[in-house]
Amino acid sequence: MSTCSVSKGCFVFKPNSNKRKRSSAADYFSKGNDDLDNSELRLDTCLLLWKQIKYETEQLQEDLNKNLFDNLIRFLRQSHLNFKEKKTEWACRMKSSEIPTAAVVLGVNVTDHELTIKSLSGVLQDDVTPFVVSLKSKECPGIKQLLQKVMIQLMGCDVDVDSSDEEEYPKTSPRRVCCSVASLTNWYRNVTKYDLQKTDTESPCKKRTFSSRHWETPPVIIIFKDMESFTTKVLQDFIIMSSHCIREFPLVLIFGIATSPMVIHKLLPHSVSSSLCIELFQCHSSKEHLTKVIDKLLLTSQFPFKISEKVLQVLINIFLYHDFSVHNFVKGFQLSLLEHFYSHPLSVLCCELQESEKRVKLLSHSQFENIRRLPSFRRFVESQVAEKQAALLTDDECLKETTQTLLKDLCSYHENYFPILRCLHAFTSSLPKYPLGKQIRELYCACLEKRVWERDEYESAIQLVRMLAKDELVAILEKCVEILISSSAKCLRKPLEKLEEYVDLLRNLEEASDDQKKSISSLEELQKKTDLYHLQKTLLEMKESRRTKKLTKFEMLRFEIVEFIDGLVRNYLAPAEMQTLHEVMYFSAANTLREHLNATPRAALHTALNNPYFYLKVGNKSETIGLWPHL
Amino acid sequence: TPAKKLKRGISSNLVEEYFEAHSSSKVLTSDRTLQKLEKKKLDQESLQNLLSNVPVAFAAEHEKLIKQHESLFYKWMLQLHLGFNIVLYGLGSKKDLLENFRISLLQDSVHLVVNGFFPNITLKSILNSVTEEVLNHLGTFRSPQDQVDFILKRFKEDASLELYLLIHNLDSQMLRGDKNQQILGQLSSLSNVYLIASIDHINAPLMWDQAKQSMYNWLWYETTTFSPYVEETSYENSLLVQHSGSLALSSLTHVLCSLTSNARGIFRLLVEYQLENKDNPSYLGLSFQDLYQRCREAFLVNSDLTLRAQLTEFRDHKLIRTKRGVDGVEYLLIPVDAGTLADFLQKDNDV
Repeated sequence: MSTCSVSKGCFVFKPNSNKRKRSSAADYFSKGNDDLDNSELRLDTCLLLWKQIKYETEQLQEDLNKNLFDNLIRFLRQSHLNFKEKKTEWACRMKSSEIPTAAVVLGVNVTDHELTIKSLSGVLQDDVTPFVVSLKSKECPGIKQLLQKVMIQLMGCDVDVDSSDEEEYPKTSPRRVCCSVASLTNWYRNVTKYDLQKTDTESPCKKRTFSSRHWETPPVIIIFKDMESFTTKVLQDFIIMSSHCIREFPLVLIFGIATSPMVIHKLLPHSVSSSLCIELFQCHSSKEHLTKVIDKLLLTSQFPFKISEKVLQVLINIFLYHDFSVHNFVKGFQLSLLEHFYSHPLSVLCCELQESEKRVKLLSHSQFENIRRLPSFRRFVESQVAEKQAALLTDDECLKETTQTLLKDLCSYHENYFPILRCLHAFTSSLPKYPLGKQIRELYCACLEKRVWERDEYESAIQLVRMLAKDELVAILEKCVEILISSSAKCLRKPLEKLEEYVDLLRNLEEASDDQKKSISSLEELQKKTDLYHLQKTLLEMKESRRTKKLTKFEMLRFEIVEFIDGLVRNYLAPAEMQTLHEVMYFSAANTLREHLNATPRAALHTALNNPYFYLKVGNKSETIGLWPHL
Repeated sequence: TPAKKLKRGISSNLVEEYFEAHSSSKVLTSDRTLQKLEKKKLDQESLQNLLSNVPVAFAAEHEKLIKQHESLFYKWMLQLHLGFNIVLYGLGSKKDLLENFRISLLQDSVHLVVNGFFPNITLKSILNSVTEEVLNHLGTFRSPQDQVDFILKRFKEDASLELYLLIHNLDSQMLRGDKNQQILGQLSSLSNVYLIASIDHINAPLMWDQAKQSMYNWLWYETTTFSPYVEETSYENSLLVQHSGSLALSSLTHVLCSLTSNARGIFRLLVEYQLENKDNPSYLGLSFQDLYQRCREAFLVNSDLTLRAQLTEFRDHKLIRTKRGVDGVEYLLIPVDAGTLADFLQKDNDV
């Protein structure tokens, strides 16, 4: 069957039912790879890791949102209580046409909103009320569709929640198609035994019947997911209509706003927005979210998979310069994970230490050859003595043992790396002008790229640290102690003790006050009247004394501490590329990642049209000239 | 040309020459249009014959390039299964490549091929083939949104369903609308619908805003093939080739897009009237007077003259045809079949 026709544009192909089989991702994974060695294991590892990562990021999102949601729920409770208590009061009756509204500023990263809204409606459903409706602007171009959507979702909600104890209710919610006003009325007559004519008066009555069963009148919450793209008219009409019957029908609106709260006033005229009682809520910024995500995904030794500096740069650049979307960042991370496991045959060893030691034992000869081919391993071999070299290059058994120890080294390297990185960050993040970056991700990039202590920025940072005041220094050192305590690495015990000692010393340090007194007295001397000659002389003396001035005890100690920190950095923060076997855990093909995530179709067309020999790999330009007039 | 001679005769004073050149208000453009070309216009077939005689340069290198892309097939499948969708870009037709992909890997699974370059394709036809042939559902839907909701529900309920969607030229004239893209995005965001599409327009990525991009979840692949766009361009009109047959939907919308809103209104009136009478075999068309009356009522024209001018413009674009009836009255008719007109009206309503 061909897919070329002059009368049709869509072609459906169905396999014969007897032949039909489902092939899973695993098949394609192994088929796409040349060597069949443990491809299944690799895919399993990859999927397992991805599942963990996904779980972690979702957890993180929940934690971050918790604060916002708590505030929202408090607001809902408050407004609802007000509503109930003051129902009889005259003042409230005056105000009762106001709809309590929460405007949530979500930020421009539209991609992440979906998850936030979903968890929000979940939380509201659990804690506040069973009636939560969420509306997308795409679904309601007119007021009719909007009302229909609201009704359907409300009925669905009602039925879902009640069906456990109320058997007589129809389990299936009415189909969207037959949701005309008439059929709605019928449905209502059956359920509520009320005669109703119009859609917008139905809702209050329904409320009455349902609320008699609930011990309190639960509010109905309507979430407008994307406030900006709703048409003004629909919103206005809806708000005006529902504000008329708010007394019977406790309604709460939640607007999801991407830009700024100004947009409410832009979209709604004064007459409409005056019937809203708006309270503003701020969502956490996506930069902060990213910092948390990086913290969780990259700056731990929990996940064996790591990405190299270039890849991290690409991902962060896409985030900062294009979309601000954490969702896309995680997607990029997923892609790099997949690429790594797909393309690198040794990625099978990219797992927990015990597991990887087990896997080393099962490696085949060709895999060992792969290990020998790694550039970092070659470097390692060259640094060994001759007999050892020969053994490593020929004997698989010997290599197996070495590999195990090397993997262990790599693991402990990571364990030490991150606490020390955090300590260094604690120092540099408090400096003026942030020579090594404000965020820890910048510091991480700098450390991954090359030896951090060879950078000029590091030099200036250390200079600045040498000038820190005592209380600042104590604060930072205490932070470092905390970080080191929380990390479980064994080799960091000694630095930890040392640091604690320093903190104690600093606390107990008495200021060498006599030194200061002296300088003060010399200043006083200066202020006395003298002739020019004396003045000059005293000034010279002072200068001399300052140069040779003995350092205070504090300053001595400070130097010592700085030296110590410097040493720590040099010991533990060597870039990953210097480690042997780092290829197993680090994904470094930044280019492919960029191509697949942030492509440039325009540039591709340009090159293809200008110099096609770039793609065709034929000779040079002069040969092809004249042969490509066709396109 | 006479102007040139004149110019040469006059002294070389540059200023004078300048004014001389610009003195006559008539702009000098060449009046040798393609219409006056000596050679008769080619018909489609002879053009095809001529083209097939042209030898392909660098055939071996082409082959290599395509082989290189084909080696990625398994990777694509893997990535599709992990929730990404794939979009191909680059110079050259990607139809054959996708066709190869379909034949080599998709034989055992349900798949749907959509020719986006097909000028009469609509979103409705795509959705219909999903609901009718894949899901075996014989119902009608009130709007595309309803239909998509139904599809989404079915696919979410039944995890064993899966569908591969191959779309050639996702950025074609008919599919590039905001609504169409939104709905296709919703489809592709399903975890058991796997979308693989190709784009060719240089500004194709402008179709997608952030929300759509996150729905599509694209992975971009550069597949420059340099193969000729044979089928894709067969629907395109060219001045060098005689074109026959009725107007296609895309050219209809294309022409109408460039008109004023009143002109569009007039055309709409005509279309609606013709659709109302499509089952009437004795229907001749709308008489000019009748149309004039209707247009006046709708405040679309204010005089006989403007309407005539408008109609002439339509006639130039072959959008309408006039016929004289037995009573000597002019009848206006649109020479397009009713199905296309209905599609057109639907699309116009959406916009």
